[in-house]
Amino acid sequence: MLGKRLLCVLDRDGKLVGPIPEFARVPTELLRLYRALVLTRTFDTKAIALQRTGRLGTYASSLGQEAVSVGAAAAMAKSDVLVPSFREHGAQLWRGVTLKELFLYWGGDERGNDFAGPREDFPNCVPVASQAPHAVGVALAFRLRGEQRAAVCVFGDGATSKGDVAEALNMAGVWKVPAVFVINNNAWAISVPRQKQTAAATLAQKAVAAGIPGEQVDGNDVIAVRAVTEQALARARQGLGPTLIEALTYRLCDHTTSDDASRYRDDAEVSGHWPTEPVARLRKFLTDSGHWDKDMEEALLHECSSAVEAAAAEYLATPAQPVSAIFDYIYAEIPAELAEQREAAAVHAQGDA
Amino acid sequence: MTELSLVQAVNAALKRAMNEDVRVLVLGEDVGTDGGVFRATEGLLKLFGEQRVLDTPLAEASIAGASIGLAVQGFRPVAEIQFTGFAYVCIDQILNHASRLRARTRGRLTCPMVLRSPAGGGIKAVEHHSESPEAMFAHIPGIKVVMPSSPTRAYGLLLSAIRDPDPVVFLEPTRLYRAAREDVLDNGAGLPLGRCLTLRAGRDLTIVAWGAMIKEALEAAGHLAAEDVEAEVIDVATLKPLDSATILASVERTGRLVIVHEAPMTCGYGAEIAARVAGRAMTSLLAPIERVTGYDTMMPYARMEAHYMPNVGAIVAAARSAMAFT
Repeated sequence: MLGKRLLCVLDRDGKLVGPIPEFARVPTELLRLYRALVLTRTFDTKAIALQRTGRLGTYASSLGQEAVSVGAAAAMAKSDVLVPSFREHGAQLWRGVTLKELFLYWGGDERGNDFAGPREDFPNCVPVASQAPHAVGVALAFRLRGEQRAAVCVFGDGATSKGDVAEALNMAGVWKVPAVFVINNNAWAISVPRQKQTAAATLAQKAVAAGIPGEQVDGNDVIAVRAVTEQALARARQGLGPTLIEALTYRLCDHTTSDDASRYRDDAEVSGHWPTEPVARLRKFLTDSGHWDKDMEEALLHECSSAVEAAAAEYLATPAQPVSAIFDYIYAEIPAELAEQREAAAVHAQGDA
Repeated sequence: MTELSLVQAVNAALKRAMNEDVRVLVLGEDVGTDGGVFRATEGLLKLFGEQRVLDTPLAEASIAGASIGLAVQGFRPVAEIQFTGFAYVCIDQILNHASRLRARTRGRLTCPMVLRSPAGGGIKAVEHHSESPEAMFAHIPGIKVVMPSSPTRAYGLLLSAIRDPDPVVFLEPTRLYRAAREDVLDNGAGLPLGRCLTLRAGRDLTIVAWGAMIKEALEAAGHLAAEDVEAEVIDVATLKPLDSATILASVERTGRLVIVHEAPMTCGYGAEIAARVAGRAMTSLLAPIERVTGYDTMMPYARMEAHYMPNVGAIVAAARSAMAFT
């Protein structure tokens, strides 16, 4: 605990280096995880391509960090609630947010947040760290109702410098709410490296001040991330309170499509991290253990690509909402003055001078 | 009917709301064992237990943030921020989250919560305890902003705020907490949000105010009556959404408007009311719109506070000026 132990099941070459958790003994479970990693990366590639060709808004890639997202979500029960930052596409897809919804969101359409699947999950949170207290409230609601559910909140390394995270961890600790906080420590907060973010030796040790357990896990090892999140969720469900998990990974991409990371970090640093990335790691393990081969890989890539292409086409074919939709969801019942603005907007939308 | 102070009326409304709806929770600093620094939550812990009355750590942003999580999950949290001077850190949560969740998710997630906080000056408090930030909150789309001016109205408006499906910022005039007392019928009846209340009818002049300034506005109307000027006094009560119709109808009859608020003048809520009246009732106006407000200064410390607050004399003077305009 607290930075003394970094949980890792597979090393960078996909070799077993730690005790294998129960779920990972079932090949189909590992294949599900692998498919989720590949699907996330396929979506990511397409999203960037769409943005580069003017068909998607600014997009935050998750390249290299897919195992944090997928591993944390895979540990969750369906009835748990995800309170994410804006880089957890893998977690969202695992939990049933559709590819089309993700494209809609990043394409600038609020309907992308109206998840048909996980109805209680929070939408992305762009103001960094401000979602952490929501997870405390959600988890408190579960505790007060005596439900065996938990909230899983994901944020980045930068978020740990903010008061919201300190407050949320503290409050969660005092109330012993069933919440798990996962740090996607991808080493960079836009241009600010981890060592400029805090003098603390680890981010996991921020748990100490809150009186809750803090764990470090290899964030490029999806098995380890899932295992450590499962343990934290088990604690939460037993009424033992929250856990902070620091998942160490690396942002192989720019911060977003509006960023150019070459301004502040060397290509050599980035290429140095490619050998540790999570997708190849699990693929090597699956291949070495006889559960995966080239044909299966090709079939999977084809399947993911088809799904992503179909969703992208659906997204691109989705007409924008009517202008009135700007007004229709601000209040449960539209106030008179806002109804007047809605009428005016409809007239202006005609475009006539 | 029982005679209650404004803070007791708040307490009665909280009790009523908690009795009628198990989803209603109260949380905030010192709201439990201590019953709140102003005693607004007195006795609630004993009545409803610590599952429903939660003393929080000293963390205002997270009081608002955790309330959002609770509200999204189906509770009806009523959060207390001890003073509005400490509520500014909540604006991130209110503006970026509570006010927008319904719209961002196209109605999938909603945030029926109330953020209560004492506001305004006049009690010689230490600094940061006396400001009137209602206009800052009223600028935020997606929330409602309410400021009661009497025990009866505090009771009815708070019940409606708690029952409302959207987030409500409920600013309670500290100066009236104990000073205002009246018989309140604790019958669970809410006063509708989004409606101005005409407290006194008059043909010559309209005085619009809210919160504690209603006291001065009514007193000024009394003085003006002695001068044969009949002032209509409107309590805005809900600043957002604003019931423009009641104000416009009044100004169309009287032709003269005096707006009174404690907050600084520039970008104060009076500017919004003045703009609406100028935009929609221009031809009814017989005189320029007068604003009697706090100054564009820091709220002075206690010894000079009285010089900052709009007083009856200033309101009467503004009214006379409007009446004299030809």
